[in-house]
Amino acid sequence: MTDFRTPLAKVKGLGSAKEGTTHFWRQRLTALLLIPLVLWIGFSLAALPVDHATLVGWVQQPWVSVALVLLVMVTFYHAQLGLQVVIEDYVSAHARRTVILLLSNLSCLLLGTIGVISVLKISIGA
Amino acid sequence: MANGKYPTSPHLQIYRLPLTALLSITHRITGVILAFGCVLLVWLLAAAADSAASYRVLFTHLDSWYGQIFLLGFVFSLYLHFCNGVRHLFWDVGYGFELETVDLTAKLTIAGAVILTIATWVVAGTG
Repeated sequence: MTDFRTPLAKVKGLGSAKEGTTHFWRQRLTALLLIPLVLWIGFSLAALPVDHATLVGWVQQPWVSVALVLLVMVTFYHAQLGLQVVIEDYVSAHARRTVILLLSNLSCLLLGTIGVISVLKISIGA
Repeated sequence: MANGKYPTSPHLQIYRLPLTALLSITHRITGVILAFGCVLLVWLLAAAADSAASYRVLFTHLDSWYGQIFLLGFVFSLYLHFCNGVRHLFWDVGYGFELETVDLTAKLTIAGAVILTIATWVVAGTG
């Protein structure tokens, strides 16, 4: 079969969307990171007494702060990538798709930022 | 009529999705649910960062009957997506494509999600 791709295009392996496997790969990497993070947050929050002071004291532990910031960033990156695929699959009208994608991406960015800032605020006791 | 002599499925209107297909679409649905549900994680962190009073408002909601139903749904969705995600990662590196394996891991996924959900509630109850 005739292959119309140039040798350079084959070597770059980026395909017609010029992104290659970047999206796929990042979805998987974030998934991998989320395996320990999800188990940790699920059982930590379940085990924690429910009062405010205990929660704040827990978040303030340096490694907990680090893990929480990681969790928030990786979660919303993973969510953004996943929502993007769902939107691209089910919203076909170009203008509507663009607007929904923008809203989705911005929401993930905003929520992730609020999450990170909240952890930092508790962490440094501001 | 079904008399066992000829196949009656697949048929457009009476086709039961195989478990794997059901889990596949569920993976998307739980993914979207979780994306929206993660607003709660941010709310929890933001409320805790704001004040004890804000945190108490959130906690009162979570402790109510509707809050507990929401939490149960969220946590079960989380673990279902989690287990099926691990299953997907095995597929991504080339393992588990045999039909029997696919069927077995589908059942393991559901069992895993149920067990993890129960375990979380047990930990929360004894913690």
